[in-house]
Amino acid sequence: MESYLFYIVGTIAVLAAVYLIFERNPVFCALYLIQTMVCIAVLYILLEAQFIAAVQMIVYAGAIMVLFLFVIMLLNIKGDEESKRSFPFRKIPAILMGIGLLTVICIILKSKLLQGKQDVYTVAHIESLGNTQLIGNLLFTDYLLPFEITSILLFVAAIGAIMLAKRKL
Amino acid sequence: MITITHYLVLSAILFMLGVVGVLIRRNAIVIFMCIELMLNAVNISFVAFAYHLHSMQGQMFVFFTMTVAAAEAAVGLAIIVAVFRNKETVNIDDMNIMKW
Amino acid sequence: MTFNILSILPILVLAGFGMLVLVVDVMSARKLGEKNLLAYLSLAGIVIAAIVSRNSTATTLFSFNETFTIDNYALFFNILFLLSTGLVILISHSYIKREDINHGEYYALLMFSTIGMMLMASGADLLNIFIGLEVMSISIYILTGFKRSKLISNEASLKYFLLGAFATGFLLYGISLVYGTTGTIDLRQIASFVAGKGGVKDPLLLMGMGLIIVGLGFKVASVPFHAWVPDVYEGAPTAVTAFMSVGPKAAAFAAFMRIFLTAFGSSHYEWQKAIWILAVLTMTVGNVVAISQTNIKRMLAYSSIAHAGYLLVALVAANNMGVSGTLFYLLAYIFMNIGAFAIVIVLSQKGDVGMNIDDYAGLGFKHPMLAIAMTLFMFSMAGIPPMAGFVGKFYIFSAAIKSGYVGLAIIGVINSVISVYYYLRITVIMYMKEPVRDFHPLTISPLIVVAIAIAVVGTLHLGIFPSKVMEIAQRSILTLR
Repeated sequence: MESYLFYIVGTIAVLAAVYLIFERNPVFCALYLIQTMVCIAVLYILLEAQFIAAVQMIVYAGAIMVLFLFVIMLLNIKGDEESKRSFPFRKIPAILMGIGLLTVICIILKSKLLQGKQDVYTVAHIESLGNTQLIGNLLFTDYLLPFEITSILLFVAAIGAIMLAKRKL
Repeated sequence: MITITHYLVLSAILFMLGVVGVLIRRNAIVIFMCIELMLNAVNISFVAFAYHLHSMQGQMFVFFTMTVAAAEAAVGLAIIVAVFRNKETVNIDDMNIMKW
Repeated sequence: MTFNILSILPILVLAGFGMLVLVVDVMSARKLGEKNLLAYLSLAGIVIAAIVSRNSTATTLFSFNETFTIDNYALFFNILFLLSTGLVILISHSYIKREDINHGEYYALLMFSTIGMMLMASGADLLNIFIGLEVMSISIYILTGFKRSKLISNEASLKYFLLGAFATGFLLYGISLVYGTTGTIDLRQIASFVAGKGGVKDPLLLMGMGLIIVGLGFKVASVPFHAWVPDVYEGAPTAVTAFMSVGPKAAAFAAFMRIFLTAFGSSHYEWQKAIWILAVLTMTVGNVVAISQTNIKRMLAYSSIAHAGYLLVALVAANNMGVSGTLFYLLAYIFMNIGAFAIVIVLSQKGDVGMNIDDYAGLGFKHPMLAIAMTLFMFSMAGIPPMAGFVGKFYIFSAAIKSGYVGLAIIGVINSVISVYYYLRITVIMYMKEPVRDFHPLTISPLIVVAIAIAVVGTLHLGIFPSKVMEIAQRSILTLR
């Protein structure tokens, strides 16, 4: 059951990503990206990361992609953006990345995976506490410093968005 | 049976598709979407590693990556709006004041 | 579970002053037409942060559950970042007034960016280093596009942002592979894993290391990840260019050395080859392309690429002398590069007019003091004794020879001979040619004069009496491995 779900969802994610990079209309591009993100959220649930799956839906597919769509609509960007460059310039990177992908897959298949340090958070352990509670605990203990620095990051982003996009200062 | 290899291969495929998108597309917003696709692909591998290593560090890293992506999206789209206001286009082939 | 809030006191001070500047800016927007207060306020923040980072450390300790290090290495870099930000605030003051971008956010973003750099230098795990890198980069994306009405600034910002986010993707993929193969993101635990396996054998881990090199190589502006550098340096406001040519470069090197010497130190044969190639390409391309530039900002951009190459040579050597030489060189580079940019700012006019190298003709007759200072900085960058740049290069190349990389050292020396050509050309134009333009009005203020004076003193002092600073640098790197 799980493996069927993985193959179905994975195929949809890859297909949507392929459509994303070849679709001419930016609005459709954004919708394909949302589709990929929803599929990835399903994969997170398969991997017992329920909280991350929820955040993926709410923050990524929800907030961030709505921002993208909003900007596309605001700027009223036309669909056609045909490159002035000749064809090989678009084909060469694709071929190179295809070779790169094959290399990466070979590396993944060749390397002995999961030799690293195993931690204590097994599925049973996570389920006894609940994924969300565990993440909350960790955020305010082990990851307190990056969590607080993140507030500076978001503050900088807010300043930047106002500075750069506001019509009149 | 789905092993970690499956997830890693899926993540690599999506990552490379994102890279191809960045290299062949000309519209700045679409390029940025392809970058988001790359980050999503990396997140899959983080969560898959975390699941199989019984560790939470991967999931925490994904949490922070999403925050970073949100901040980047806000700033990046503001930059694109600023460019559009002065130039009326977001096609990077037209960004030619300086030698690219 | 130790938190030790005092360990991040410099960061807290900077964050507090950054917000204070924003609040003061809003509260007194009408009353302070000149906004001099904001510059002084941010300078006060920098000085206080420097004082508290001096006092807060005696020995190496870890705080925030061993994710944050306070050692002499982090301390050295904290002071270095604060120095560079302080000098940039000094040179920005009159520049942002001239270009009508005198907003309080400018100073706030400079300080927030410095927070990111500090986190990169003191992070003890990959997460902190990554977050620090993002805080730094996002602030600089905004600063690059700070001249909102100028298309050139917008374009530079867009290019920097798109390529920077692209590089972040690679860095993140590298981190995920390192995490997956070692099972941890903590640098010291990665180190014990790698040492336990007798070096890096796993191809996936090697690929992760390679991708981290790509991500950080972008930030230090090394060839072949340098495509953004000349355009972004040219398009950004000149004061911001000065900032991003020193601070982020130093921060990226700090993170580079922390990751590769602490975590992967036991298997340096694997990564040294990659860095060797990067170093040779970076030095050669930077120096050769710099020769043909006519715009001084573009020339300094390629020169900054070349300097990244010299620093990578030290990283290849990876012995104590090389690493402490890197610290020394970064400090020297701050003085000479910010000094050069300060003079560029003084001599340019509103709208960044007067950025061509030919515009400097006859400067030696009209403004001899500025010409002497510029000559000094150019000589220092070219590596002519007795300036700081010479001593730095001497340490780096002798470290390379000591580690057995004689070929690399020879390539480096040849490159610095090439670089003498384009640095001296500016001097020749300043002294040997008739003036083609009037330099007035100079963009001068007491603050920028102080900055140039500090830069001159620093360049000469580090060149003539290097031993004291070198001693400090050598003490700073002891905790790295």
